[in-house]
Amino acid sequence: MSTTILSTRGLTKTYGDGESLVRAVDGVDLDVAAGETVAVMGPSGCGKSTLLHLVGGLDRPTAGEIHLAGRRVDQLTERTLARLRRTDVGFVFQAFHLMDELTVVENVELPALLAGRSPRAARARATELLRRVGLAAKAAALPTALSGGQRQRVAVARALSNEPVLVLADEPTGNLDSAATLDVLRLFEELHEAGQTLVIVTHDERIAATADRLISMRDGAFVDETRLTGGTSGRLGALAELEG
Amino acid sequence: MGRLLLIARLAGRDLRRRPAEAALLLLAITAATTTLTLGLVMHGVAGDPYQRTREASAGPDVVASVMPDPVTGAPADPAVLTELSGADEIAASSGPFPVAGTTVEVGGRTADVQAVGRPAEPADVDRPIVTDGEWLGGGDGVVVEAAFADALGIEAGDTVTLGGESVEVAGIAVTAAMTPYPAASCLVVCTPITINGEPVRDMAVDVLEEPGLIWVGESMATSLAADPDDLAYVSYLRLDDPDAAQAFADARIPNGPMDAMLEPWPHIYEQVTHIERNAQRVLLTGAWLLGILAVASVAVLVGGRMADQTRRVGLLKAVGGTPGLVAAVLLAEYVLVALVAAAAGLVAGGLTAPAITDRAAGLLGGAATPSLTAATVATVTAVALGVAVVATFVPAVRAARTSTVAALNDAARPPRRVGWLIALSARLPVAVLIAVRVAGRRPRRVALSIASMTVTVSGIVAALAANAELNTQLASDPDPRMERLGDVLAVITVTLVALAAVNTVVATWATVLDVRYSSAVTRALGATPAQLAAGLSLAQVLPAFLGAVLGSAGGPLLYDAVDQDDVVLPPAWWLVAVVVGVVVAVSALTVVPARLAARRPVAPMLQGELA
Ligand SMILES: Nc1ncnc2c1ncn2[C@@H]1O[C@H](COP(=O)(O)OP(=O)(O)O)[C@@H](O)[C@H]1O
Ligand SMILES: [Mg+2]
Repeated sequence: MSTTILSTRGLTKTYGDGESLVRAVDGVDLDVAAGETVAVMGPSGCGKSTLLHLVGGLDRPTAGEIHLAGRRVDQLTERTLARLRRTDVGFVFQAFHLMDELTVVENVELPALLAGRSPRAARARATELLRRVGLAAKAAALPTALSGGQRQRVAVARALSNEPVLVLADEPTGNLDSAATLDVLRLFEELHEAGQTLVIVTHDERIAATADRLISMRDGAFVDETRLTGGTSGRLGALAELEG
Repeated sequence: MGRLLLIARLAGRDLRRRPAEAALLLLAITAATTTLTLGLVMHGVAGDPYQRTREASAGPDVVASVMPDPVTGAPADPAVLTELSGADEIAASSGPFPVAGTTVEVGGRTADVQAVGRPAEPADVDRPIVTDGEWLGGGDGVVVEAAFADALGIEAGDTVTLGGESVEVAGIAVTAAMTPYPAASCLVVCTPITINGEPVRDMAVDVLEEPGLIWVGESMATSLAADPDDLAYVSYLRLDDPDAAQAFADARIPNGPMDAMLEPWPHIYEQVTHIERNAQRVLLTGAWLLGILAVASVAVLVGGRMADQTRRVGLLKAVGGTPGLVAAVLLAEYVLVALVAAAAGLVAGGLTAPAITDRAAGLLGGAATPSLTAATVATVTAVALGVAVVATFVPAVRAARTSTVAALNDAARPPRRVGWLIALSARLPVAVLIAVRVAGRRPRRVALSIASMTVTVSGIVAALAANAELNTQLASDPDPRMERLGDVLAVITVTLVALAAVNTVVATWATVLDVRYSSAVTRALGATPAQLAAGLSLAQVLPAFLGAVLGSAGGPLLYDAVDQDDVVLPPAWWLVAVVVGVVVAVSALTVVPARLAARRPVAPMLQGELA
């Protein structure tokens, strides 16, 4: 059995109090093994984004524990959390969240610069990542000149900048049309094959179908978990279906 | 009509929605209009009362006087003055009148006095204007020069001790024939005499110190002198051509102690108005500096509001507001604020002006008190409106042109890209990298910040230099009006600093709002709150530093332009201290907003809202 990269116990996040108390995440136990792709599905407002934010150190839980790469991270200071986001986690957002004033390559190298890499090393890594996501030719373009699918691939490249142990994607295809969705889907496939651990929140059944494991969420809690058949054929089958 | 009402209501509601911003805007423009009002009031005042007094009092073109030889004690000869009155250029004259040096005692205070003996009937030249009581009536009453009376608290009807005798003060009067107390020129010996640089110790006559002027009957003047030989004499001359007064005096420079000393009216005029004209220059320059700062802070405020207001503009347009309506609402807001600021500035300036221009009731008494003229009101209002219109025109037009959908999606002003800055910043520490990129997004705001700090520091450096010169002058020649000019300088400096502080806070606030989103992204990518806070602070400190350096260079230039006299440059360490002070002050002002902004939770900002 492979090692566990991420594990949460009784993870809880509430907003407000009294009458208006919202249990955005309600006692979630989640284990993700190294190299595993986990898809989380559920209706809007069920707490998927909140879960990702907690796991990635963008937000702090009200209760419960988070262990990431063998370290307990739910009690860290804001400063250490920032370092965690910088080195251990890569985020991909529905709205891409690229910086409009930075070129594609400048966007991708930014996390490396924030982590204190030399400009040369950061640029080299960014160029390599852009080649990997098939956008080497767009390195000097501004994000506004790219299609949605291209932007999301840039965002994925950025998430990989510091070789994170875990990539968290929040509805990465939510803003994309079918063709672009397929593009991004392929990219996640490649990441998976390369052994990258992924947690993807999605509405899209087709993306969910490519995961090793599918978790259904409702009202902040996990209600169902399906281990998909796994194996390359299954995922390629799903891809073929999408193309067809 | 309904349309106007709609615009007014929308504008009013928006102002009420953001009371702090409205207050900041009001503060900035009010500071500028107040100073402008003061400057204009000063402008109207300088020179004018003297000319009025001169006309109304049949003022002399030349004042001629003779006094006893201070060293030998040889008596003055009034015939010298009589002969002078017969010169070809003379159109009319009065005198010679006897002048006695003595002292006056009132309320426990003693002051030196030059008592001029005058007949009861008005003279052809120099008829002092009585502002209180009446002129000499041939009796024992005396008349006191207004500024002197003011300084000693003397009023008509009071009894004073003049040369040891009790006399009644018949009246208070002003004259154009002499600079008001305490700058009066000397008809009697009132400065220590030096020969070859050595003070003459055993003077033949008493030396008066800063004597005041009192008019007495001619016989009283004679009796006030211990010895008739101690009397000095004065004559007032009117020339055919008043403009020839200076030449007339220049042609008769005294050769010996017994010759007549001539003081042409432009010299008196110069004395009377020198300080006012200095104050006026200072105020007008200050008004300009504050005006520029006001424009800068209005522009930054408006720019900052724009970032936040885009969605509102979208809403206005989505419910059918035309670009014209949107622009009109924005303009209406600022015009409303500008009008209030103009009114407040006029009131504040009008109230402060007398305190600064008050020349101790020296000329025409209360008539010297400046009042707000229609022209001043119109100018100040126009400038305030101009500030608002100029500063809102570009953003209003841009807001009106923003695509409705983009506006509704809150796609705020797209950031600028300055490629070389971004490339350069990649080599810098993270906090500086963030600062440079944050600043680089808004080159115009940075330019405004630099400009506003340049203006402030120029003003401060010029004021410091002027103050140093003023203090040197005050040390040798204490004059309450000079001290007041120092106060004026201090007031302008404090206002400049306050306005610059407001500008810094406003710019920081606008920046923080503007980069809310990219700050959230930067933090999601792993920047610590401390790095981000330092970056946001530095983004203000860097332009301020540049501005301070430019201002240190600009200050002496500004001072040079305002004061053509010999310029004493401030020592280099002052400039260094000012630059360091600016950096420290700006850091202090920005650290709190920057820290607050950097600690805001990231997740909500990254949520779907922006999608
Ligand atoms: N900052 C917040 N303050 C209050 N309630 C919040 C906040 N963020 C999320 N919520 C609430 O938490 C619940 C889960 O939200 P979210 O995690 O965004 O759901 P999902 O991503 O599954 O659509 C929702 O009911 C939402 O309204
Ligand atoms: Mg969500």
